[in-house]
Order: sequence, then structure tokens, then C-alpha cells
Amino acid sequence: MDAILRSTAAEMVAALADGTTTSVALTQAHLDRIAEVDGAVHAFLHVDAEGALAQAAAADERRASGATASPLDGVPIAVKDVLATEGLPTTCGSKILEGWVPPYDATVVARLRAAGLPILGKTNMDEFAMGSSTEHSAYGPTHNPWDLDRIPGGSGGGSAAAVASFEAPLALGTDTGGSIRQPGAVTGTVGVKPTYGGVSRYGLVALANSLDQVGPVTRTVLDSALLHEVIGGHDPRDSTSADVPLPDLVGAARQGADGDLSGVRVGVISELSGDGWQPGVMARFQESVDLMVSMGAEVVEVSCPTFVHALATYYLILPAEASSNLAKFDAMRYGLRVLPEGIDSPSAEEVMRATRDAGFGDEVKRRIILGTYALSSGYYDAYYGQAQKVRTLISRDFDAAFEKADVLLSPTAPTTAFKLGEKLDDPLAMYLNDLATIPANLAGVPGISVPSGLADEDGLPAGLQVLAPALADDRVYRVGAALEAALLDRWGGPLLDKAPVLEGPR
Amino acid sequence: MPEITRDEVAHLATLARIDLDDAELDHLAPQLSVILESVASISAVAGDDVPPTSHALPLTNVFRDDVVVPGLTPEQALSGAPEQEQQRFAVPRILGDEQ
Repeated sequence: MDAILRSTAAEMVAALADGTTTSVALTQAHLDRIAEVDGAVHAFLHVDAEGALAQAAAADERRASGATASPLDGVPIAVKDVLATEGLPTTCGSKILEGWVPPYDATVVARLRAAGLPILGKTNMDEFAMGSSTEHSAYGPTHNPWDLDRIPGGSGGGSAAAVASFEAPLALGTDTGGSIRQPGAVTGTVGVKPTYGGVSRYGLVALANSLDQVGPVTRTVLDSALLHEVIGGHDPRDSTSADVPLPDLVGAARQGADGDLSGVRVGVISELSGDGWQPGVMARFQESVDLMVSMGAEVVEVSCPTFVHALATYYLILPAEASSNLAKFDAMRYGLRVLPEGIDSPSAEEVMRATRDAGFGDEVKRRIILGTYALSSGYYDAYYGQAQKVRTLISRDFDAAFEKADVLLSPTAPTTAFKLGEKLDDPLAMYLNDLATIPANLAGVPGISVPSGLADEDGLPAGLQVLAPALADDRVYRVGAALEAALLDRWGGPLLDKAPVLEGPR
Repeated sequence: MPEITRDEVAHLATLARIDLDDAELDHLAPQLSVILESVASISAVAGDDVPPTSHALPLTNVFRDDVVVPGLTPEQALSGAPEQEQQRFAVPRILGDEQ
């Protein structure tokens, strides 16, 4: 494997700047890596070698003329397949969109292009982002680079695995209940869910509008900050986009890397521990908290009593929003059209029913039916209405907690990566993976997952989550970078150095 | 405790415009009951005095200036259509025999 592949995106930028490498060479190295290992990892649903190399050549020309388009100009990136990319297939991991090529770019994709990042391809995901393992992809699961028999997390397992296996230095993910952070935790990578409204959702195929957020998937905290600054900020095409400037995220990450957390109050959420939390994950979490104390942080225990209801709240609100959103897949304007068998001259409704049966997978059907139920008359107040009220209580818990602490901490996920197939047909067991990440989506606050080490039981990566108040995304970067720097010092190098070496087709 | 019967699932599938065969109904109905049972716990959590939250951040309606901005061309808009005719989406018949 080419040595440059193990560099951080920030180091690649430096190598481009001093002429050690070119964007074409860098992009080709990543394409070669994809060709070498993606047969085993299956992080990508589509690779655009030609397009990426053309964008890289343009980046090299800009650099030669002394006019780079952004701090990340020329660094290649992978994009989750839920984001519309003009000219590149966008399937959302679903058969119902197989072969669909969007006629427009999502705003975040347009910003990547304007910033000069060559797009390597589209990454695998649970169908319409419904899942925590990438096993619900209609195109087969992604494999965790740490152990190919295990899940890479989900729904953005493709983006996380691409970054963890050095197929891409950067990727975009989306996080509705943990789909950036939980894959980050189980693959030993970094993932950020920005404040709701902080990054445009225009061109993101909606799972749940009030919860979805696009964010960075990287190997380091600084790289996430660099990418966040490229994609973030107000977009008039997204009516829920916050019309406020982004905080100085790169500055916060650099400040954090200095290793001083004096005066920072970190709150440990007492409800996110106990039964069901893997001891090795909790051990790495406690060590990380202790490290923060050694850097000057003050630890307080905070209680968020309504968090125990967050999972139930989420699994009412999400299916309700999803069932409405997915009604657009009606076999009329785009995507699959299947004619029902044995019916002459079928009606539009019959075609729609047959198409949705053939085009949607099990988990999507489960959630559409559940959402339809929660929204139906007679049940609306008891379920959806009640869930919206509990959502208010969860936000209030956050408000109270942020009076006592500047940031909140928990393990990102209760366990390390489980075996492929283990929870595939047990929806409730699968849903529990997002226990710690869901509250942030319900309240719209930002969160980061950073690697906290390897669990003793299985030698697999665990993650720590830092949450901050809405619009204070800089805090998660500062604290995340401080922890990362201290752990790197302790490990003597990046956690991914301990991952098994992937070579050649399996 | 809420339970969702096989017949109810079939009815919901009709509302959601998804054909489910017998095997799928047999498979989904018990799973949905289990999920519903676990989410029903929230029914007594919030009192009547708690206002609902639909969006995490309070936002009012957003307006923009009434100016023309570029949109998709007809060719682009139709590019993903399963079937098209005369620059329109071609769809199956929308009325039943009885209409």
C-alpha cells in the first residue's frame, strides 16, 4: 500500500502544497487501493475513476497557477449514496432507485466540487439509512476492516469502512439517529453529526426531515473540522438551514490538540451506562474521562432522566416521518416500476403497490407500516403526539445538563462491532445500538465520536461521544481533538495502525 | 398492551401502498407487535402541559425574494422516468373500472 494513503487529509494537503504529490497521484493511489481491497470490504456501490481523475487534474492545474479553491483542494472524498450526485448513480442502498442518476447535486456535493475535492464514488449504506449495520443494503453488506466477518456499523458503514481501510481519506455521511457516529465508533474512525440546520439537507434523500444531518467521516478530528467548514453554513435551498455563521471549527480542533482542557466542565451522562454496556467499552470510556481530567477538565455527573425514553420516542417519530417521505416512491416519476403479475391493464395504484413490494427491503417495509400505524387516526395522539412531547422533555434534559457542563460525554455505542447476521432479523436488538446517539438527533445538538481504544474482550474499537449545545459545534472539536491527542500519545500512533492489514482480493 | 394483528398489518400495508404476500404478513406482524410494545412505554411520560416539538430548532417560515432562479429542464426532470410521452410522465390508468 502506498505510504501516502495512511496520511491524514491535513498531511495530504501539505504534501500537495510542497509538491511531494499531486492530486492525480493521490486520487489514483486511492482508486488503486479501492481496486485492491474493496472486493473484501464492499464500502463502495459505485466508483467514478474517470470523473475523479478529471477533477484531480483540474485541482493540480489550479494549484500550479497558485489559485487553490479551498484548504482541501485536490484531496479525494467518498460520498454516501443517499446524497444526490449529478451524473453519478444514487441508490440509497435500495432496489427502488437502482440505476437512478440524479439531474442535480445536493448542496453539500456542489460545495465539494466547488472546493476541488475529487469524488471517488458512492458508499454503501442501509437502505434509505434505516439500520445500524449496513446489512439492510439491497446490494449486500459492507464488511468491517477490523474483522471482515463483522458489521461496520450503520447506516453509513460504507463511508466509515472506506475511511478505515484507507480507500478514502475523507467521506460524507448522514446521521439521523447515529449513522455517522456509531459506524465511527465500531471502525475506529472519527465522525461528526453537526447541529441540526448547520449543514444543508438539500439533495439529501430524506429519511426523517427533523432528524437528518449531513456530516464528516474521517480518521482525525482536524480532518473532520476541515471538511465541516467546506460543507457547512447557510443554504437558501434548505428552509431549515440555520442562517448563522459556523464557529471556527478548525481553530477549535487545533486548540484542542494542544492538550489543555483547563476550565472545561465535562458532564458524564449517568443514564448512558449500566446493563447492556460492554465492559471493555466502558473501561476505555472511563480511561478517556480520566485523561481529560489530567488535561485539566472538571468532571461532573449529569442526569438526563428522559433519555431512557429516547429510543421509544425515536422509533415513533422516525417511522412516521419516513413513511411520509417514502410515499414519493410511487413508480411514476423516477425509480423502479414493476407491473403486478396476472393483471391486465393494471391501475396506477396496483403498479405502485407491486413496485413498492419489489423495491423495498424488509426493514423499510417494517418502518413504513409502523409509521403508517403511528400516524393513523385513533393512534396519532397516543403515539406520534406523545413522542413529540417526550422530545420536548429530552431537549429540556439537555438544557439542564448544559447548565452544569460545557460538553456531555458517553460511549458512542454500547458494544463493539457484532457479527454480520447476528441481529439482522431482530429489529429491537438492532435498534439498541443507537441508544446513546439518538438523543442528540431528537434535540438537534452536535456530537462527535472519537476512537477511545480497543475493548479487552475482543480487541475491537470503541468510541467516545462528545455532545455540545446547538450551534456550539466548536466545543465537540476542541474536546475531541484534546482526547485524540492524548490517546495518540499513549498508543504511540493512530488506533488504525493496530488494525489487520488488508491486502488483495480475499 | 397494544398488539398489531395480521389483519391490521394487511390493512396498513394497503394504506401504505405496499403489496405484502402471506409469508411477509406472517413475518412482519409479530415483529411489529414487539416493536410497538417496546415503544408504548412512552404513553405516560409527558403530561398534558408539555408542548410538542416538531423540529429541534425553533424556526419560523422562511421567505425569499420573488425572483426567477434556474430550475431543471424538462429533459432533466424526465430523465429518471420509467416511461415518458410528449414531454410528460406516462403513468398507468388512474381510474378503476367502477369509476
